[in-house]
Amino acid sequence: MILLTRKIEFSASHFYHNPEFSPEENLRVFGKCNNPHGHGHNYTLEVTVAGEPDPATGMVLDLKDLKEILEREVMQRMDHRHLNYEVPELAGQIPTCENVARVIWNLLEPRITQGKLHRVRLYESADLFADCYRNGAKAV
Amino acid sequence: MSRGPKVELGRRYRFAASHRLHTARLTEDENWRVFGKCNNPFGHGHNYVVEVSVSGDVNPATGMIANLADLDNFVHREVIEPFDHRYLNEEVAAFRETVPTTENLCVEIFARLKDFPRAKLERVRIEETGNNSFEYSGDTIVGDRQRGNPEGKRP
Repeated sequence: MILLTRKIEFSASHFYHNPEFSPEENLRVFGKCNNPHGHGHNYTLEVTVAGEPDPATGMVLDLKDLKEILEREVMQRMDHRHLNYEVPELAGQIPTCENVARVIWNLLEPRITQGKLHRVRLYESADLFADCYRNGAKAV
Repeated sequence: MSRGPKVELGRRYRFAASHRLHTARLTEDENWRVFGKCNNPFGHGHNYVVEVSVSGDVNPATGMIANLADLDNFVHREVIEPFDHRYLNEEVAAFRETVPTTENLCVEIFARLKDFPRAKLERVRIEETGNNSFEYSGDTIVGDRQRGNPEGKRP
């Protein structure tokens, strides 16, 4: 099995706020991420696909196809957007690294038909990231 | 929460420390042969990067597996404070007998972090330099595969 990884970067803004919490509780739980004006990150997304190379092409999947899927599903939805207001898949969720990564996994998983989506790693900064794996699969 | 992927949170921390690779189980000559310049009796140091991955359910109220402040405080207390700007061989009890290779550092740091109360520790990955990294997920260590323990004895 081969693991193939493609990396893209996008920039977006967000803030953390739970309407069911009091203002004090929001501030205590979310700290400066609770600032209602929002703040932004340069996100780095690494998408890893697992599969066997096609004997004719030598490819697990065509990188052009993967690039196009990432452009359509991730870049057009999230790049230079406000994640709290402009991404319907995140409606009602706090746009943490965990939740954004999970939304990206759910968007990509059905689109990857050559090979299988193995891992989605989303960096919110160089020192903070979330990984998604197929549920029940052992992380490699 | 069974639909959708398994989610892990990863966080990177840094500390700087010195060490010397040396074991009383080997002669001076053998230590030099096995460890090379890492055996220099004055020791040497690295800027270590410790990558900690934890898993668990994402709390719908907070969107988080674990509050970062809780994880940061725990890792700082258990690892960064006792390791940063220290001589590992002398100042961390675990390395008085065990060679402080980064493999063994992974095992020691995993043991210190495995009881994090807010999420399950999945993995510790340590970069000793930008070119060397080591990972440990808490499985059993086979004694004879540990570097610095060529006789295969449990430390």
